[in-house]
Formats: sequence, C-alpha cells, structure tokens
Amino acid sequence: MAQAQAHSGPMVTADGVPLKTSLRRAERRRKITAFMLVVPLLAFILLTFIAPIGDMLWRSVDNPAIINTLPNTVTALEDWDGEELPPEEAFAAMVEDLRVGQENRSIGQVGIRLNYEMSGARSLFSRTARNADSLEPPYKEALLDAHRRWGDVETWRLIKREGRPYTASYYLSAVDMRYADDGSVAMQPENQRIYVALFMRTLALSLAITVLTLLLGFPIAYLLATLPLRYSNLLMIMVLLPFWTSLLVRTTAWIVLLQQQGVINDLLVAVGLIGDDGRLTMMHNWIGTIVAMTHILLPFMVLPLYSVMKTIPPSYQRAARSLGANPFVAFVRVYLPQTVSGIGAGAILVFIISIGYYITPALVGGQSGQLISNLIADHMQRTLNWGLAAALGSILLGGVLILYWLYNRIVGIDNMKLG
Amino acid sequence: MKKLALTTTALAAGALLGVANAGDAQATDLTVVSWGGAYTESQVRAYHEPYMELNPDINIINDDSSANALAGLRAQSQAGNVTWDLVDMLPSDAQLACDEGLIMPIDHDEVLAEAPDGTPASEDFLPGSLGECFIPQIVYSTVMTFNNEMFPDDNQPNTIEDFFNVDDFPGRRAIQNRPAANLEWALYADGVAIDDIYDELETEEGVERAFAKLDTIKEHLVFWSEGAQAPQLLADKEVAFATGYNGRMFNAAEVEGQPFSIIWDGQIVEWDGWVVPEGGNNVDVVMEYLHWATDTQRLADQAKFISYGPARASSADLVGEHADLGIDMGPHMPTHPDNYQSPILLNNDFWTDYGDELRERFNNWMLQ
Amino acid sequence: MSESNDAFVRFINVQKSYDGETLVVKNLNLDIAKGEFVTMLGPSGSGKTTCLMMLAGFETATSGEIMLNGRGINKVAPHKRGIGMVFQNYALFPHMTVAENLAFPLQVRKVSKAETEQKVQRALDMVQLGHLGNRRPAQLSGGQQQRVAVARALVFDPDLVLMDEPLGALDKNLREQMQYEIKHIHESLGVTVVYVTHDQSEALTMSNRIAVFDDGVIQQLAPPPDLYERPLNAFVAAFIGENNQLHGKVVEIKGDDCKVQLDDGSIIHALKVNVDKVGDRTTLSLRPERVAIAPPEGQYPNVFEARVEELIYLGDHIRTRVSLCGTDEFIVKIPNAHAHASIARGETVQVGWAMEDCRALDAS
Repeated sequence: MAQAQAHSGPMVTADGVPLKTSLRRAERRRKITAFMLVVPLLAFILLTFIAPIGDMLWRSVDNPAIINTLPNTVTALEDWDGEELPPEEAFAAMVEDLRVGQENRSIGQVGIRLNYEMSGARSLFSRTARNADSLEPPYKEALLDAHRRWGDVETWRLIKREGRPYTASYYLSAVDMRYADDGSVAMQPENQRIYVALFMRTLALSLAITVLTLLLGFPIAYLLATLPLRYSNLLMIMVLLPFWTSLLVRTTAWIVLLQQQGVINDLLVAVGLIGDDGRLTMMHNWIGTIVAMTHILLPFMVLPLYSVMKTIPPSYQRAARSLGANPFVAFVRVYLPQTVSGIGAGAILVFIISIGYYITPALVGGQSGQLISNLIADHMQRTLNWGLAAALGSILLGGVLILYWLYNRIVGIDNMKLG
Repeated sequence: MKKLALTTTALAAGALLGVANAGDAQATDLTVVSWGGAYTESQVRAYHEPYMELNPDINIINDDSSANALAGLRAQSQAGNVTWDLVDMLPSDAQLACDEGLIMPIDHDEVLAEAPDGTPASEDFLPGSLGECFIPQIVYSTVMTFNNEMFPDDNQPNTIEDFFNVDDFPGRRAIQNRPAANLEWALYADGVAIDDIYDELETEEGVERAFAKLDTIKEHLVFWSEGAQAPQLLADKEVAFATGYNGRMFNAAEVEGQPFSIIWDGQIVEWDGWVVPEGGNNVDVVMEYLHWATDTQRLADQAKFISYGPARASSADLVGEHADLGIDMGPHMPTHPDNYQSPILLNNDFWTDYGDELRERFNNWMLQ
Repeated sequence: MSESNDAFVRFINVQKSYDGETLVVKNLNLDIAKGEFVTMLGPSGSGKTTCLMMLAGFETATSGEIMLNGRGINKVAPHKRGIGMVFQNYALFPHMTVAENLAFPLQVRKVSKAETEQKVQRALDMVQLGHLGNRRPAQLSGGQQQRVAVARALVFDPDLVLMDEPLGALDKNLREQMQYEIKHIHESLGVTVVYVTHDQSEALTMSNRIAVFDDGVIQQLAPPPDLYERPLNAFVAAFIGENNQLHGKVVEIKGDDCKVQLDDGSIIHALKVNVDKVGDRTTLSLRPERVAIAPPEGQYPNVFEARVEELIYLGDHIRTRVSLCGTDEFIVKIPNAHAHASIARGETVQVGWAMEDCRALDAS
C-alpha cells in the first residue's frame, strides 16, 4: 500500500520531503564535522608537502632571468634569423638593458643563468654592465670592443633561445643533454655526462640495498614473530636500536669499523686472513654505502615483515607439514607467499628511502658510493643551480611514481601491509 | 649635606635604573654566521667577546651555517625574512651573492677603519682582497698535508710533485670532491709555471692536461666533501696525504698533536671575510661592529687563536704568540716568507666563469 | 577391543613437560584400534591437545613411546608420518584456491596430475563442495571452510586423521550438522580418527570411545553410554552431563549397596563404585533425570521430602530446583510428557530414586 505508492515516484519521508534530500541533510552535519577534523592535517600537508613539490616542479622549468632583465633585447631579437650577428638595434637594446640591469643589480642573475649554458657568460655580463654607462653609439662596435664574446653569434642565439619564460634546458642537463649550436637537442660531450650514470647507479645500489635488507631482515622478522614474547621483545629492541641512535653516530660507527685501519681490517690482519699490506677497502666506495645503508634501513624492512608475519598463525606451517610437505617446501609454498604483502611494503619503503638518501653516502661512499641525491644537495647548497636541482628531483619523483605504478600493476597496492 | 647626599643617591639610582631600562629596551641580537669549530672559536675570542664587553647592549649569536651560506642567503631573501646580520663567506660565493643582489655593496673607506698610521682601508687591505660586497678578514690556504708516520724519516715528501709521485711516495691521497685547487695543482705538478696556470686552464688542452695528470694518481684517490674529513682521514691513516685548510691542519698538528706536516709548496691562497645581507634589520649596528672588528688590532688578534693570516698589511707586525699554546704563530701563517715561496693565488674570476662547466667535467671524471 | 599389541596407535608411558618442572601429560597409556573414532575430551589445560600434537609430531614426548602401526614414531618428522590433520581454525592456505589446497598434499607426494585432479574432485564431492574448487577460502562460509579442511586432511588417503577442536568456531546448528557429517565420513571411509574437544555432546555424538582428560591423566576411557551411565569418579560424573552431587560419609557396606550418611544426617542407599571402607568420605552422583517426583510407595529405597524452589520450562522437560537433604541446588528433570506431574513453586513434594542410579564415588 504505502510501499506501492512509494515505488511509483521518488521515495519521500513521512513529512513529504524527498528521502534523498532528507538523507543529505542528515549527513551534512556529520560530513562537516569529519572535514573539520581533517582540516589541520590537510593544511599542514598542503603547506609542507604539496606546495614544496609544486614549487620544485615550477622551478625546474621557470626561466625568468633573461626575459625580465633583458626585455628590450629579447624583443629586438624576435625577428632575427640567427644566421649572422644581429642588427644594431639589438646591440642598442642590449646596452639599454645592461644599464638598467646594472642600476637595479639584476644583471648578475642573467650572467649566472647563462653561464650554465655557456662558460664565461658571467664575466661577459658583469664586466660589460659595469662599463655600460660609458658606451657610445654605434653600440655594435662599442660592445664588440668591450668583449670579444659579443661578436660570437652563439652568444646571441643563446640569449634568444633562453629569452622565454620557460625552459627545458634544466631537464636536458639532468639527462646529460644540451642544446647544440643550431638549437637542436644533442648529447653532452662525453666528458661532461654525469647524471644518467648516477641515476643508474642510484637505482642499482638502492636495489642491492633492498635485496640485502630483505635477506637479512626476513629471518629476524620471522624470529620476532615466532619467539616467545620475552625473547622477541629483547630482539625487537635490538632491531629498533638503530632508530634511536643519531644517524651521524651510526654512520661514524661504520667508519670506525670499515676503514683500512678499522676494526674489521685489524681483526682480519690479526687472525692472519689478510696481510697488513692487503687491507680491504670497504669504505670510500660503494661497498661502504651499501653496508651502512643496509644497516640503517634494516628496521624499515623488518617492521612491515614482522607485522605481516605476526598475523600468520603457526598452524599453516603445521598444516603443510601434516599434509606431507618437508620444512623447506612448507616454507616456500605456504609461508613465503603469505608474506608477500610484507615483502612488498618493506621493499618499496627501503627502496624509496634509499633512492633519496644522501648523508650516509656523502660520509662513507667515496666517489663510487655517491647517489643522485648527493648531487641534488650539491646543486641546492653549493652551486645554487636550483633549476637543475629541481629538474633532477622531479625526475627522481617521476621515477618513484613509475615504480609505484609498476608495483601496483604487478603486486597490487591493496596488498601492501605496513602494519 | 645630608639632604644633598640623599638627592644625589636618588638621582644616581634613577639614572642607573634608567640606563638599565634603556639597555633592556635596546638590547640588540646580532646573528653572525660562520664556519663553526676552531674558526668560529677564534672569532668569538678575538672579536665577539671583547665587543660585547664594550657594548653590553649588543648580544652576538653564532650560527655555523657558512658552508651553506649562499643557499641560506638566497632562501632568506626570497622568503623576505632576512635573519642573518653578518655572514662569513668565501669571495667567490660573495661575488655570486653580490651579483644576485643578496648582499650589500660596501663603501670601503667609509665603513672600514683606517690603519693606525692613517692609511685608508682600501690601501691597507692586501691588494685584490676587497670585493664590491666583501670585506676580507684572513688569508687562508688550501695545503697538501701528509702523515709523517706513513713515510720513512729519510724520505718525506715536500713538494706538490711528490704528491703526484706514487712510486716514491706510496699511499692513498684524499682530495676535495671539486675541481678548484685540484686542477691548479695538477698543472703545477706537470710543470706549468704558476703565473700560467689559469691561462692554461682557459684552453681545452690545458684542462685535458690537468685531468690527464690527475688520472695518473686516480686509483689512489679518496674524495672528501666536508672540511673536517681531511684531518680525520689523515689521523686514521686512511690516507697518506690529504688536502685541507691550513688552519684545520694546524689545529690537528699543534693542538691535538697529530704527526702532520704541511707542504707549503704550491699552497692555494684565498681570502675569507664578511658580507652584510641585504634587507637585514640591524644594518647600522652591524656596520659599527664591522668597522671595529676589521681594524688593524682585531685582525691581528684573531691570529692568536688560529693560523690564518690577517688581511691587512698593518696587522702583520702585530701577530704574536698563540693565546693558549704560547708558540710563535708567525711560522704557521700562510703568508710567512718561508711558506710563501710558491703560492698559487686562487683566481675567483676564472672559477666564476668556468666553474659550472669544470664542475661537471670533474664530476664526470670522478664517476669514471 | 584395543587390548592387543597390534593396536594401531599406542601411547606407552608417555610423559610431557614444557618447563622441566611440571608434567602436562602424566604417564599416558592409550591404545587405539584401527578404524576407531577416539575422542580426547577434557577442560582446557588438561593435556589433551598436547597428546594430539605429540601424535602429529609437532611436540616431542619427554619420555615414553608413541607407536603408529607397530612402529615407534618419536623420531619421525611430522611430514613423514602420513597423518591427516584438521586444525582448530581450519588452516586453509589463504593464497590458494580450494582445489589447490586439496591438491597440495598430493603434489608434495608427487602424485600425477591426472590422479591429483581426480582425487581432489572426489574429495570435494565427498563434502558436497564439488562446485567451489576455484574459490579462495576467504570466500567460503565457516561451514564450507570446515568441510574443505576435512576434505584436505583425507584427500591423500591417510590411515589416521587427527582433529583438533575442528568445530569450535561454528555456531550451534552448524556444529551439530557437521558432527553428523564427520561421523558419516568416518563410518564410510573406515579411517582411524583421533578427535580433541572440550564439548561433551560432540564427543558423545561421534566417538566409539572417549578418553576423559583431567590434569594430564586419562580419568576414564570408555564408550559414550558407559561414560554417562557409569562414571568411575566424581570428575567424570560432573564433566559428562549434569548431575547432582551430595557429600557424606560411608556408614555401612553390604555388597554393592553402601549406606551413606549425608552431612545433615539423612541416610542414602547408593551403589558402591569408588569407596573402600566404612568411614570414607564420598561424593554421591545422581543424574537429574533419574529422580522421580512422587514415586509409588516402596518403589525406591531413597525417598525424601523436597521443597520446590524454582521451575524452568525448557520445552522437552521442566527443570526443577528443589531443596532437600540440606542442599537447595538439587535438580530434577521432569519430562514434558502428557502425564507429567504438575507442581508449583513453594510446594513440598516427595522425590525418590533407585540405589543403582546413585553412585558413591571418590570424595574429590
């Protein structure tokens, strides 16, 4: 009766309001409350995570120096074909820009920016700008007299090319490429290629560290999950101990252990396994990076594994054995597959952290143990080439996202268990 | 009489209170950024502490961020919140910061003190040391150092050439992971005259030549990145030679008693000094401090605590003994005549122009 | 039926201690014949599961010998014992389908693919799950998982199957249904089953014989009717079914008949089971359904006045709590027959029982 009526049109409540509207109203309050609870964290993440990443992506293409400081030159060069030296108007525009730039101290940034592409650009601009006021027309001759580089077509092509608000040159540099003289994209000269090799090395070392933490962490996690509580607590404390020690202290401890006059070498010499002149080189190279980082990142592998293993009842292995499987088969076919989610979580965690690590490699890695992050930090702090640092960081971010996507395709992210 | 005394006391008390209040109200914190360690210590004892004694309303706060000064200056400038008042940095970085407008140009003769004999500051500071925005304090040098115990007594190295001679002087060598100094040394050891080094480096052949020379010892090299690593590597006998700053090496050898010897041959000489960030809150106070802290006596005082030479000619004669060790500092100064036989003056203009490219090549070379 | 030396499973003087100080299993001797369904019944901590685990090979006997089919198996690894096992939580491998779970024991035995498929299908059909082979265990209901677990323990044709409280997680209806199914499977396959439970009705329903465990010792080993009708001690009497317990002192023994004086002075005639001599303390055990309300004069030697304290209607019978002989916890079950006595709360009625139904057991 009432139901039959309701079925004929949209459902309404007893007082005639459509049921959907009524439900929405009832839910709104709850939603607002839930939203208010999330707001602080959301704002925090926006401010400290999303915004910096956005800023990084922006900086990797942002190219304001030339278009802002040399506006007249850029305009004057618009119709220039790039074959021979530009006409007098372009030189005159340049002198005007140099004068203004010298006045408000912005010309230095042009030199810094162009020096990334062409060595010597900095002194070209700073010296010419200092004397810009004394230059007399015709400006073409005056500039050619001031510095021979003004007579270089390449200089003008560079200004025209980089006189755009956005640039791809940071990304090109980040993959060991550059604009050739004719504006096409080419590989860097062999002796200036760095980044691709470093990206590859970073991947390889991170992978090695991931595999090592897995091999070392799996038995520990298994023990943790199966030992009686009083032993497993002690073991857990030992696993977590690295977490409670400062990173520098741990790294320094590894230096003491690994160096040529260090504890391990001394021990091997004392036992007679190696001669005093045959001391092993275990740090200041990639071995040091792998050893120290494996130790530091071990808890990130052990904890997810442990949390997954903890949920696997011992009866599964017993069942397998009662069904006729020897301990090895029971482990491989029954236990191991159930830990896949923990392995996946731990591996992805360790891999992503190690891909971005730089303090430890800087201290124990020598040259062959440096990772891409060390160069990013170098560009952030020492050379101040933030555009290149941003491009390198963006590529790293992209790489991690691709890996994440692959993982999701192969294992399924829903299968990941962190705890 | 009694009444008068009372009034005087009251006045004095009032004046004292007033002064105290005024002092409270005006107490200024100056944030001074420097390199930390023994170097900051020498500045604290030579400059900061005496200055705060003279000016109780000034409070100097140390910040050991000079290693990343350029990045910090740029970040503060972009954020519009400049918290540093005075920064100790290298002239090459200072030139960059100056070009970017991050630090203030300084009129040398207006801001800086004259020498005691009336010589204007611009003439008293060592030639070429003053920059548009940069006031030098010290001359330091990057030197080759070795551990005495790694070589027999009758065969101790003493030239840069010996550093490149792995047959007669075996052992690993630690150098900094950047091209500056290393390329100069490579050419110097390969027989290029000191005055020609930078001309040679401006050519492709010269760069090739430098890297080829470095290649001859590459398998014996260890690279350091932080200044403190070099003396540590040497003390641990991880390496036989290490390049490093002469002050740190002095500290390790004389204060800590490490068996280190410095090879003054081919020392790479550079300045280090102050810059004033653009947009700071206490510019006037800082300028007053700068005037005082860079005068002849103060620069000489710093040499009592660390083996870096004063940047003023008039300070040289005032350099005395180490404040704690009581040893004569003269022979430990990079500028001492015995040490200053074959110095290579670091050419900042060259590195400003070619640094970006050569850093890439050097990184590439290290990776191979 | 199991006294001979060719018993299929034998526990000989088996002891088990975990900490070297206390014995969890104390000198266990138990023979199980081929094809028998034996249940180990007892409260938790009584040692029954430990015995099962020793038989399966997951625990080692501290001393004594366990024999399977005439062979000592103390040193035989679990996977070489050829014993099927059903676990409390089923232990179905969650990452394998039902069919893969069933194929597992055959694969590790290198059974050919065709034969594996055939056996898996047959086992699934046996538990009426032939159509669910491709499901994951998590997609099945509790009862279905239970059936798969049973099928998996049987698929490789073991001679002995162990079941460790397999029905504990099921609700009551399903549990009863599964009891019958397991019983039927046992009967049709003729496989030997050792079953552990703390649920007496489960034990009574399925077993050929029940071993009642308490404190690491088998209190009584007997077929279900014997266990219920003729408990040998107070623990078994209390553990199996409901009973009224009265405490007193033996005052006279005449053959099977012993006269017991309760603490309030009443004299009861009881069957002498577990008392030695006059003067011993004893516990009298009496099933509530063996007590008659208002019995005909002279039918029973034991007749007392009882005051009705409480009546609870339970459908098939009426549970009546009365006070008599100094206790007010005395339970009488009145069957809900057409002619059942209708009594009311507060009334005083006559109750009586036979001497044989009242067993004089240890004082406990």
